Amino acid sequence: MATATFKIWRGNAEGGEFKEYTTELTEGMVVLDAMHQVQAEQAHDLALRWNCKAGKCGSCSAEVNGRPKLMCMTRMGDLPTDHPITVEPLKAFPLIKDLVTDVSWNHEVKKRIKPFKPRAPDFEDGSWEMHQQDVDRVQEFRKCIECYLCQDVCHVLREHHMHDDFIGPRFLVHIAALEMHPLDIEDRREDLRKSQGIGLCNITKCCTTVCPEGITITDNAIIPLKERVVDQAYDPVKKLIQLFTGRGKERKA
Amino acid sequence: MEYSRHEHDVLIIGSGGAGLRAAIEASAAGASVGLVSKSLLGKAHTVMAEGGIAAALANVDERDGWEVHFADTMRGGQYLNNWRMAEIHAKESPARVRELEEWGAVFDRTKDGKILQRNFGGHAHPRLAHVGDRTGLEMIRTLQDYGIHRGFDDYQECTITRLLKDGDRVIGAFGYDRENGHFRVFHAGAVILATGGLGRAYRITSNSWECTGDGHSLGYQAGAELIDMEFIQFHPTGMVWPPSVRGILVTEGVRGEGGALKNSEGRRFLYDDIPPLYKDQTADTPEEGWRYVMGDRDARRPAELLTRDHVARCIVREVKEGRGSPHGGVYLDIAWIKEKIPNGAEHIKRKLPAMYHQFMTLAGIDITEEPMEVGPTTHYVMGGLRVDADTQMCTVPGLFAAGECGAGLHGANRLGGNSLSDLVVFGQRAGKYASAYANEHGRGTLEEAQIEEAQREALAPLERQDRTDGAGPYSVQFELQDMMQEKVGIIREESTLSEAVEEISALVRKAEGLGVTGDRHFNPGWHTALDLRHLLTNSEACARAGLERKESRGAHSRVDFPDKDEEWGGFTVVLKRGSDGAMEVRRDPLPPVREDLQKIIAEQG
Repeated sequence: MATATFKIWRGNAEGGEFKEYTTELTEGMVVLDAMHQVQAEQAHDLALRWNCKAGKCGSCSAEVNGRPKLMCMTRMGDLPTDHPITVEPLKAFPLIKDLVTDVSWNHEVKKRIKPFKPRAPDFEDGSWEMHQQDVDRVQEFRKCIECYLCQDVCHVLREHHMHDDFIGPRFLVHIAALEMHPLDIEDRREDLRKSQGIGLCNITKCCTTVCPEGITITDNAIIPLKERVVDQAYDPVKKLIQLFTGRGKERKA
Repeated sequence: MEYSRHEHDVLIIGSGGAGLRAAIEASAAGASVGLVSKSLLGKAHTVMAEGGIAAALANVDERDGWEVHFADTMRGGQYLNNWRMAEIHAKESPARVRELEEWGAVFDRTKDGKILQRNFGGHAHPRLAHVGDRTGLEMIRTLQDYGIHRGFDDYQECTITRLLKDGDRVIGAFGYDRENGHFRVFHAGAVILATGGLGRAYRITSNSWECTGDGHSLGYQAGAELIDMEFIQFHPTGMVWPPSVRGILVTEGVRGEGGALKNSEGRRFLYDDIPPLYKDQTADTPEEGWRYVMGDRDARRPAELLTRDHVARCIVREVKEGRGSPHGGVYLDIAWIKEKIPNGAEHIKRKLPAMYHQFMTLAGIDITEEPMEVGPTTHYVMGGLRVDADTQMCTVPGLFAAGECGAGLHGANRLGGNSLSDLVVFGQRAGKYASAYANEHGRGTLEEAQIEEAQREALAPLERQDRTDGAGPYSVQFELQDMMQEKVGIIREESTLSEAVEEISALVRKAEGLGVTGDRHFNPGWHTALDLRHLLTNSEACARAGLERKESRGAHSRVDFPDKDEEWGGFTVVLKRGSDGAMEVRRDPLPPVREDLQKIIAEQG
């Protein structure tokens, strides 16, 4: 029977180390299966998160051989087994134990974002007319499973720890979904510029590369948001029009 | 012993669709609300729902209406449903869906800009509002993002191990934080259980680690009645290969979009065996079925869209009789529709993006080119806590249940799409009536003795560190799952069900002596040991209810009683904890269906 050896990070906020575990491989196995097998057979208290095991919930995020991955969608067959495979927790968040990190900062960030605010319904039954072509790009952003791999790989958070000044790609995607929602009438551009740090993103596209849902984070969400912010803040003609009309926000695309 | 104490008007255990909807409603009613999640907020099993949410919006076919949805639900449940719940559900689900849109959900659209609806098994018209094949994600994210601004307190990664009572009444709950094992005591005017299902009792399941039926078992231990526990839904299409992905769900939406189920001979075997109850509604030939998928109003539904109980049984039969696929399933072919429509591959990827991705990544199969191998997987439990149809209150005062852990709506078999609507319709009602109850009755008295007992119980496995032999809690769980799969599975009989009851009691003894290694910090071994008690209680309930019902109906199939028995159609099986702690089984007659509703059922044929 083929086996694979893992170096799994064991420890907590105070410290820890990689420990080696060797386990049997079966056909089609993913890294999460291997972690469960190690947990059941060798390390009952190995801490990890998972739920759906099908790439839909975004719980089992970890760094496999140094790359941010969903463990449930990373097949063993795609990893070289001649060297031990390292599995370690996300780096952008404080460690709780083993592969589990404290992601509560993300929840706090989301709470501070101005929520969805729809225009009045178009019809008496409380519904709206919206066409598929108008919702296509919002639906792309709404595929996000909140695995936070994009947050993990973003150097503004990972290396520079600017969690107080920058909300990270996940929440820029979230804001893009709100701002580009055909029904939404809220304006989040000033927040984006001032407290949410959109200017700190220098579009290296690392987030797009790791997104397991294939969301084109940088091109479709962040760059258009940057353009909107620039339009609002620095276009003198628009500023003037806004001043006279009292309209803080141009019609949504 | 140390613990934190929290006071709320309404405590909600479980933060999937039902729990979140209840929290939103109770908060809107002015109640102080605590929402407890076993995982992180937004990760609950609702996220796994794929195909859609059933509501008679009549956006695609104007012939639809609540009456048709009601009659479809009753027929699908083989008339064991609580008819009042089926009525409420059919009437209120359209408003609940529109409300999701108001809160930011972005459903797929019709050509005239309305919410698009798709075909699903047992629904007479295209009825499922959806977002590709990730409807559950859309729903939970919408409720979560709306909910976090409604002012309730949420307690994430907190597991409840016990309900607390004042006399007969439930007045709170005891639990621990997964992160550090810290104990929490919740004192509340009313408690809503919204803990989902119990699919982890089986080896092959679409359910996550969380689905250990905590609410079923917590309610039962607190004296509430369980009903319909013999009815476990085995979804006909789970992945079967490779072994590590066995059980992962393949949405019924594949069949809704025209997917064909074929055996190894290439035959669409469902056309060979159409149950009498569905004869008039089902196409005679695959050609007619395809016309239906394409929107021909004179055509009838393809046989692949028969109800899940029936489709699952037919797959088991094909495999058993040697006409299965290499890995013990059958073929589900969506690629064939490329013959019928231009840009078929693109169409498939647009309609079923998650399925495309899932098979490509996990099985190396391109579903636009090749058929999928599928077989039944444990998916849903129709049974659960008996509730009042209007208020969702259990048979114990102060305790409410909504979503999968409540029972009655689905009878002997649930129609696809009726679970997401169940969550929001009855989640809303539970929130409303629980806050009214709390308002009226105050909070009751919390006794320290119960808290101490709950603490002892929770710590016991850690205090038996010396008795950690073998794989500990995991091995007992695996043993239970294998046994349930074999003996309380799709096809049952007296002898194996009786064996199951005996084996469960042996496993209970084993579990009671279990020790776990490690400490209270995020220790899955300890958590598994504590969840085991719920799994065992629920497994016993399923086996005992299965033994009691001596007929085959809906999801419950007995080889020793292969036919539907008219007399049994008038009874529901009830389970209750006896004064000696033993599980008591009885049957209660079903109340007669209200006359106007009877008329609707008759009219809908």
